[in-house]
Amino acid sequence: MVERQSPLEPAPLEPELRTGSHGDFEHGPDVILSETRPGSILQLAAWPGQEKNLIAGIHTVTGLALPDGAGAGSTDGVRSVFGFAPGKFTVVDEAEGLVSAFAGVVTPAIGTVTDLSHGRTAIRIAGPKAEWVLAKFFAIDFALPAFPVGAGRSTMHHDVFAQIQRTGADQFDIYVFRSFARSFWKALCHASEEVGYEVQ
Amino acid sequence: MLITCPYCGPRDVIEFTYQGDGNRERPQPASQNLDAWNAYVYDRLNPAGDHNEIWQHSGGCRAHLRVVRNTLTHEISSVAFARGDHKVAARHKAEGKT
Ligand SMILES: [Zn+2]
Repeated sequence: MVERQSPLEPAPLEPELRTGSHGDFEHGPDVILSETRPGSILQLAAWPGQEKNLIAGIHTVTGLALPDGAGAGSTDGVRSVFGFAPGKFTVVDEAEGLVSAFAGVVTPAIGTVTDLSHGRTAIRIAGPKAEWVLAKFFAIDFALPAFPVGAGRSTMHHDVFAQIQRTGADQFDIYVFRSFARSFWKALCHASEEVGYEVQ
Repeated sequence: MLITCPYCGPRDVIEFTYQGDGNRERPQPASQNLDAWNAYVYDRLNPAGDHNEIWQHSGGCRAHLRVVRNTLTHEISSVAFARGDHKVAARHKAEGKT
């Protein structure tokens, strides 16, 4: 695999990208921002009527079971999956090369597998004020009953398309286009200043 | 204005793109029926009330939707996938509250 360079490498004049505490953190930072850098980010799509076979294929390869329902998903901390559109799923793995594991499982008769590992940047926001900060960006309900752990949502912040998966009670993984990642990260930092944030 | 996407749930109209009048019927590409083409391109009902429309959830699941919107009140009385292939997901959304 080609070595990947993060679009979030720190630069001298951009303090938001440096690890450490920022903003109003006197009483401890209330959110933690990090780039998770998964090795594999895939998008899988089923042909009409093939959704169940695709879900079975995802289970075979990742071991993850997809709960029933729109936007449902699950994560085991290493691999994650969630629905982001009818018959379409994002599958993420810490390790590289997940796309080859799907060859022969998700056959051309079932659907398609698209490797977006180099095209998306994964940003994690965690902490007691994660919901609060994200609610300033996206007009969706982040409360736990409406957005359960494992579930995914497709939405956007202005023109920045984002897929969001809740990977913990107060933790969200946000997938944005790589070319938008740097400005989105900075916006996230500015929105987190009032609660204090730590970059890890 | 909120549109309740059958997949994503209620979302702000800013996430959607209007794709035009949902009453039009496109003639077959090879059709030489000029009246049918004329009607497809130009004829609009322009109702003061319920109107069939096609919208795309372009800032979400990207599905194309068949929407009935009241042109006087903006009230949306029905939303469904424009293509009938994904009724299963829509049903789950209504039942499962995920
Ligand atoms: Zn949608």
